[in-house]
Amino acid sequence: MKTNSVERKYVMPGDVVIEGDYNPIANVIKDGNKIISTKVGMAEIAYNGVRVIPLNGTYIPRIDDVVIGKVADMNGFAWEIDINSWFFGILTGSAVFGRQFSSSRDSMKSQFNKGECMIAKILSFDRTRDPLISVSGPGLGKIEEGEITYITSSKIPRVIGKKGVMIKLIEENTGCRMTIGQNGAILLKGTDEARTKARDAIKLIGNQAHTSDLNDKVISLISK
Amino acid sequence: MSKNNIERISGRAPDELRNVSIKAGVIKNADGSALIEFGKNKIMAAVFGPKEVHPKHMMVSDRAIIKCRYHMMPFSTDTRKRPNISRREIEISKVIREALQPAIIMEDYPRTAIEIYIEILQSDGGSRCAAINAASTALADAGINMRDLVTACAAGKVNGQVVLDVDDTEDKTGEADMPIALLPNTGLITLFQLDGNLSKEEFDEALELAKTGCDKLYKLQRDALSEKYFDNKNGKTEE
Repeated sequence: MKTNSVERKYVMPGDVVIEGDYNPIANVIKDGNKIISTKVGMAEIAYNGVRVIPLNGTYIPRIDDVVIGKVADMNGFAWEIDINSWFFGILTGSAVFGRQFSSSRDSMKSQFNKGECMIAKILSFDRTRDPLISVSGPGLGKIEEGEITYITSSKIPRVIGKKGVMIKLIEENTGCRMTIGQNGAILLKGTDEARTKARDAIKLIGNQAHTSDLNDKVISLISK
Repeated sequence: MSKNNIERISGRAPDELRNVSIKAGVIKNADGSALIEFGKNKIMAAVFGPKEVHPKHMMVSDRAIIKCRYHMMPFSTDTRKRPNISRREIEISKVIREALQPAIIMEDYPRTAIEIYIEILQSDGGSRCAAINAASTALADAGINMRDLVTACAAGKVNGQVVLDVDDTEDKTGEADMPIALLPNTGLITLFQLDGNLSKEEFDEALELAKTGCDKLYKLQRDALSEKYFDNKNGKTEE
């Protein structure tokens, strides 16, 4: 029976999450009447469908995701950005310089050099071509200071928490400012001590994302 | 029909597996990994990917490709094995790849490669089955979309009796060896080999026996994954 409450359970590939007329949302396949998990993770059965929140795996880009990337390579027309996925994000010259971009007039190095990091947004991605990204928009652009730490991208929702509770909790208790990329990269800004505490908290979330009382565990770790 | 109560060299019952232990996530640098100890077999499997395809001409536009390498260490056998890839290893690599392929949802990862590396550290017969179990656990550990895990086990005929899980000595002295791999939830068979002769009755018996072996190994695979990810709360629900 479909209800408004959300039921959760641990699943593995091949496990039947539930039988019935449910909508498969993510990381599940429908085989006849059965909804089958395709990943190790936590299944959520809600009134609108069934999804599995994976506990591992690489980042699959989605349009409008904010990601943190690093320039891996560049040519006269575009930068190749490592976005922690199996394909590079492509940042074109015209996305940075505007329509008037000319590869002979504008120096690519004046904007981004190899090894530099940026906060960007996925503009388009349809699996037949590499994801196209952009750095124009509020909060996007080159990263001038801070430290980047990584976590499995599927655990990013736990770092954010329900309605941003977890990120608020870490920021308020450590004094570290965090910018979260959906690709699993997190930018930390603040004093050395603040960043260390925030990094430890993120590591804890990474190791114990599947457990309950995560907020309490993070608070006790930070207050040590 | 098989005769009963003939003692095996290892002292096992006809339907008894060797001691098996599986551990997931043993290699930090791989995306997914597993170590299986299957009797005296010690096998390490590591999975990388999905990642870019090299060489690029091997790329397929609508799905992933799977690369599998089964390799025996020079010290894995009684006498030193030459470390280069032999014909037998090429064949087993292919067989393992084809056994795992039906379980992987390759359409989810177009233009990518999934690489599976299997290293036999110590071998004692039945290494292809053990390798499939380890590789399948490593694939799930790597977070690759799969329809099901893949479980493999062999049955055979030794001294006229159908037995489960043929080891190296039994393989050499026995009359038949039949490794199978299957998707445990659907029962679909993805690997089937038979070396030797079996009558129809013996064949049916061996197939059933191998399936029961697969069931036992499936539980161990699940335990290995739940130990890593759920602290052994296998299947328990949370609020």
